[in-house]
Amino acid sequence: MDFSLTEAERDLVGLCRDFAQKEIAPRAPLAWEEARCPTDLLREMGALGLLGMLIPEAWGGIGMTTVGFVAAMEQIGLADQSVAAAWQAHVTIGSLPLYLFGSDAQRERWLRPLAEGRALGAFGLTEPDAGSDARGITTRAVRRDGGWLINGRKTFISNAGTDMSFGVTLLARTETGDDTRPAYATFVVETGTPGFTTGPKMRGIGWRGLDTRELYFDDVWVADDHLVGDPAMGLSQFLRTLEVGRISIAALSLSLTQAVLDMALDYARQREQFGQPISKFQAIQFKLADIATELEAARWLTYRAASLRDAGQPFLKEASMAKLKASRLAVSAASEAVQIHGGLGYMLDSPVARFYCDAKVLEIGEGTNEIQHVVIARELGC
Amino acid sequence: MHVVVCVKQIPDPAVPGALDAYNTLQREGKLILDESDSYGVEMALQLVDAAGGGEVTLISMAPNGEVSGLRTALAMGAAKAILVSDPALAGSDALGTAKVLAKCVERAGGVDLVLAATESSDGYTGTVPAQMAELLSMPALTFAKHVEVADGKIKIQRQTEAGYDVVEASLPVVVTVTAGVVEPRYPSFKGIMAAKNKPVDAVTAADLGLADQVGWAGARQEITGVTQAPARQAGEKIEDDGTGFEKIVGYLEKLKVI
Ligand SMILES: Cc1cc2nc3c(=O)[nH]c(=O)nc-3n(C[C@H](O)[C@H](O)[C@H](O)COP(=O)(O)OP(=O)(O)OC[C@H]3O[C@@H](n4cnc5c(N)ncnc54)[C@H](O)[C@@H]3O)c2cc1C
Repeated sequence: MDFSLTEAERDLVGLCRDFAQKEIAPRAPLAWEEARCPTDLLREMGALGLLGMLIPEAWGGIGMTTVGFVAAMEQIGLADQSVAAAWQAHVTIGSLPLYLFGSDAQRERWLRPLAEGRALGAFGLTEPDAGSDARGITTRAVRRDGGWLINGRKTFISNAGTDMSFGVTLLARTETGDDTRPAYATFVVETGTPGFTTGPKMRGIGWRGLDTRELYFDDVWVADDHLVGDPAMGLSQFLRTLEVGRISIAALSLSLTQAVLDMALDYARQREQFGQPISKFQAIQFKLADIATELEAARWLTYRAASLRDAGQPFLKEASMAKLKASRLAVSAASEAVQIHGGLGYMLDSPVARFYCDAKVLEIGEGTNEIQHVVIARELGC
Repeated sequence: MHVVVCVKQIPDPAVPGALDAYNTLQREGKLILDESDSYGVEMALQLVDAAGGGEVTLISMAPNGEVSGLRTALAMGAAKAILVSDPALAGSDALGTAKVLAKCVERAGGVDLVLAATESSDGYTGTVPAQMAELLSMPALTFAKHVEVADGKIKIQRQTEAGYDVVEASLPVVVTVTAGVVEPRYPSFKGIMAAKNKPVDAVTAADLGLADQVGWAGARQEITGVTQAPARQAGEKIEDDGTGFEKIVGYLEKLKVI
């Protein structure tokens, strides 16, 4: 078994490598520094077709395989993690609910601009009192005037507050007094809808180029055509979308690990102490050899999960395993890479420091690693 | 408007090159689109766009039926290509190359404008476009850093040492564009996929009626020797002891830039 790429996948990788090295790598660090989402870069990626990665051509995308997407991410994330994070959130959780569960009219109206790269998609699940426990959300949608009235608050939502954002696909509770069990449904709320406001861009340890905000819904009324898919299936729609998101975070973790490995190796070869390059010290060599070995293992796990999805087979367990393994590796590799750079690596002017800051969130976003354990254990039959 | 762009496919400059026994560059491996020509391709696409319609045709002479570089330019948006690949072309000099390209322009038919780079990046004499213009009986407008087409006329800004001259001519013409004249677009993914099915008209020297005028036999130029370019000299360092600015001003005055 191998995961050799098709010609179209290789062409995509070439395109992403080129754009990442020539445009993202030189321009993104400043956006990180200024804590600004570089939507100029995202728009340019849109013009190249990259924002419609997993959406079929019929809806304006490029119909790429999940394996191709992972391979593309390895190139984009090598250049900058914030841009890669915004991009992948758009491609997976930001676009897929509309594609997988929306009607054709909804796909035409909202998905096509996302896939063609004219707008940025967002996924609104997390709330101040409901993170890992998604069932605990309290944002409510009630029937009103032939539509829905939404009230509530979301937090840590990516891509909803930029000058390119279309709005948000969100999860809300819909049960009425007569229902004995909670019910959840998916809604689209567009930017500019009365009552829908956003907080300031939140300040993270890393991913500073990513736009993440609180979203407020105060008597937001949307018409019935803003309800996406089966009104009883909202929660499972969101959880299914997250499965793909996990492959994506695993891929992002691979790219971070490769980036810090490349930097640490370069530096170790050129930095001399005690009269020789530090790469000649076994202590440094073993760190690098460990990272490279673990990276290869995480890579195979991630491509395996992606190829299962492409084959139409279940991939829940594999996606969780890939995300768990790859994100842990990214965090430890970033730490070791800084260690190899010594004091220079600690300084924010060195690129390795930026990647170090960007690493931690990989263990938290799209299901914490504790939750990945829970999923894997459940799949094992515990 | 029908624009023809001369496109050279060259060995990847990132890979160290090698010379063959005749002091010409070895071109056996994969060849890529010469960056110098990506400006011509972009310019052509923009001019056709501005004209409200038309087509861009690429012409290229390359060994081994190489199309990689052409596919890149097709992915940017050119409609079709003519590729001249023929072992008989090996050893062609600048004039031989110009003859081949001129025949390609004629083969393309109904051409309003021929664009080329001022010179290629790999091996160059900088004379091919002017020779081609002469063979086609078209005016040659060279070193264009800005191009406008309107009402069957072309107006360019011709880069000079002091600034630029404005030069006008009636179409059809041959124009060479300088590097950086426009920002070449990245081919989109859909563009790359579409390029695979765009027509490439593969022809030989004989098809163009040039069988005995090209290649080693037809060449009147010979490369008699090659020497290493002198290594770049280290620049002058000015230590700033508080009067650094005076030294820099003095230096700029010496260069007559201020
Ligand atoms: C930069 C960034 C971007 C984000 N973007 C989005 C977005 O676009 N859309 C969106 O909806 N959300 C987004 N999130 C939210 C993210 O998905 C949540 O932060 C994550 O799911 C964890 O939820 P929480 O922060 O509420 O932590 P909590 O759920 O409160 O968890 C706190 C700790 O308790 C642990 N824990 C919780 N439950 C269990 C359990 N059952 N067993 C063991 N341990 C447990 C957790 O693992 C964690 O260590 C983003 C977060 C960040 C940081």
